Amino acid sequence: MVPSRDKLAEMYEKMLHVRGFEEKVAYFFSMGMVHGTTHLYVGEEGAAVGACCALEDKDLITSTHRGHGHCIGKGIDLNKMMAELLGKETGYCKGKGGSMHIADLTRGNLGANGVVGGGIPIAVGAALTTKMKNIDRVVVCFFGDGAANEGSFHESLNLAAVWNLPVIFICENNLYGMSVPVSKSMKIENIADRGSAYGIPGKVIDGNNAIEVYNTVLEAKEYVKKNGPILIEAKTYRWLGHSKSDANVYRTKEEIAAWKEKCPIKALRNYMEKNGIFMVEELDDIERKAVDDIEKAVQFAQDSPYPSVDTILEDVYA
Amino acid sequence: MREITYAQAINEAMSEEMRKDENVFLMGEDVGLYGGAFGVSVGMFEEFGSERVRDTPISEAVIAGAAAGAAVTGMRSIAEIMFSDFTTISMDQLVNQAAKIRYMFGGKAKVPMVLRTPGGSGTGAAAQHSQSLEAWFCHVPGLKVIIPSTPYDAKGLLKAAIRDDNPVIFIEQKLLYRKKGMVPDGDYIVPIGKADIKREGKDLTIITYGRIVPVCLQVAQDLEKEGIDIEIVDPRTLLPLDKETIIQSVKKTGKVLIVHEAVQTGGFGGEIAAVIADSEAFFYLDAPIRRLGGLDVPIPYCPELEKNAVPTEQTITKAVYDLMK
Repeated sequence: MVPSRDKLAEMYEKMLHVRGFEEKVAYFFSMGMVHGTTHLYVGEEGAAVGACCALEDKDLITSTHRGHGHCIGKGIDLNKMMAELLGKETGYCKGKGGSMHIADLTRGNLGANGVVGGGIPIAVGAALTTKMKNIDRVVVCFFGDGAANEGSFHESLNLAAVWNLPVIFICENNLYGMSVPVSKSMKIENIADRGSAYGIPGKVIDGNNAIEVYNTVLEAKEYVKKNGPILIEAKTYRWLGHSKSDANVYRTKEEIAAWKEKCPIKALRNYMEKNGIFMVEELDDIERKAVDDIEKAVQFAQDSPYPSVDTILEDVYA
Repeated sequence: MREITYAQAINEAMSEEMRKDENVFLMGEDVGLYGGAFGVSVGMFEEFGSERVRDTPISEAVIAGAAAGAAVTGMRSIAEIMFSDFTTISMDQLVNQAAKIRYMFGGKAKVPMVLRTPGGSGTGAAAQHSQSLEAWFCHVPGLKVIIPSTPYDAKGLLKAAIRDDNPVIFIEQKLLYRKKGMVPDGDYIVPIGKADIKREGKDLTIITYGRIVPVCLQVAQDLEKEGIDIEIVDPRTLLPLDKETIIQSVKKTGKVLIVHEAVQTGGFGGEIAAVIADSEAFFYLDAPIRRLGGLDVPIPYCPELEKNAVPTEQTITKAVYDLMK
């Protein structure tokens, strides 16, 4: 199914936001302007944005340490997100969370997560609430190939399956757990095959094809509401290092270049141009606006104050 | 008032809160038809059904994590971990997730969950089913830690914990489950973070909690005949700790013995000792602060060994004599 024009525009804009946001963050890091570390999503935009664009505000997501794409996909205030990256008081978490802990509960984002596999049980709990309160919504649980080898993955998929909970488990397989290739961390080719171990469907899709991801999740929403969870494996690739300390010694320039050819943003743009859904000028306008939005977010973040040290003890307890 | 067991008190607290608030539910291994490994939830499955009293697979990580995820999204979760030793499997979800969600998200979330789990030795279950791991949890800001020593405290504190908007680790005591005590008929709570003076005295303060409280009460009663008048302070909640009641008691008696079943090294007694040493109570001390914890060993199997791995009436009495010299 071809998404509506509005939906395609939304996807294109959000993917550009992710790319622009990440490039800006990478720049800040290179300049030593951001504290700590960050895990950038460049190259994987089709997975998060395709999936989140199939959701409504009431649907919930849990995210990962590489979570900027999910946050933007689910709909977020870019200003507050950039401010959080810079540790500012106006950030989503008032400067207390940083890159790995951005959450926006008002829009169904239950948060990024610093622990690999850490968010999977939380997604199951959110789906349990959904079921017990009989709410018409789904939970999308994002995690990576690395998390698929954590115990929490096994416990969570099994529990969600036996309780028929409305969770769409989306494994973003970017082919490396930090430096170790998937081929050295598991004996199977497709992580989706693990669905059968829990008696749930598993499906492999092209994570760089935002439309395919969108359509798959749209269909999965109806499925999980009636039948319980599904496992979707979106194959993709991160262009940049695992984190800022990564010298990329474990993969070749050729491999990275080949994946850059499969850029999800370029692919979506080509599709829209070729099929005459948008004029080139219209797409250029979306691009210009996206760049502008990021610039504004940077400005907002830079103009914002740091939190007062007096706030350090706040929010430990409710 | 009527006399019920510690286990019944816990059952009543859960059942009453579930009748009052449809968001409260219980999940855990064998908590349903079986009624819990120690029989704590007997009858609840029949009353509330399988949706609200949920048997889980043997999956301690997702039990804790799903309790947190349900809590963040509007439920008030009660999760039972069959033995407190198995909370080690839940630790990521408790320590890195539940305890930190609120702070990491800048105060924009709350996690109203209670993780109930029985601790302590004395059942012959040996090293992997007998530990007292409360100090681990007390090292994690964001959690609250409760260890009740009587049916009255267990019921009132559990109700308070269920109504609390934070993750609460509620450590029950296996050896107390069948012990009886007086409990009021109607609804009441015991506030979290408030110590209780279980016995007033003027010569020496014993600070203790959980199933060692009745042991210390027995010692105090025995030593009364010898003219030693012991005050027993039960913090009931370790995190947050009612420092004031401890400090006031030590100022009054000038001598303090801290007793717990958990192994002494790194045990919570060290924290209590430091609270006293850091306070004005230090200037009222007539003797060094004395700790008596479990021996620094895994809990052994053989009954004689097991009994002697933790404080007993004899070792507590000896410690009191030493302090009174």
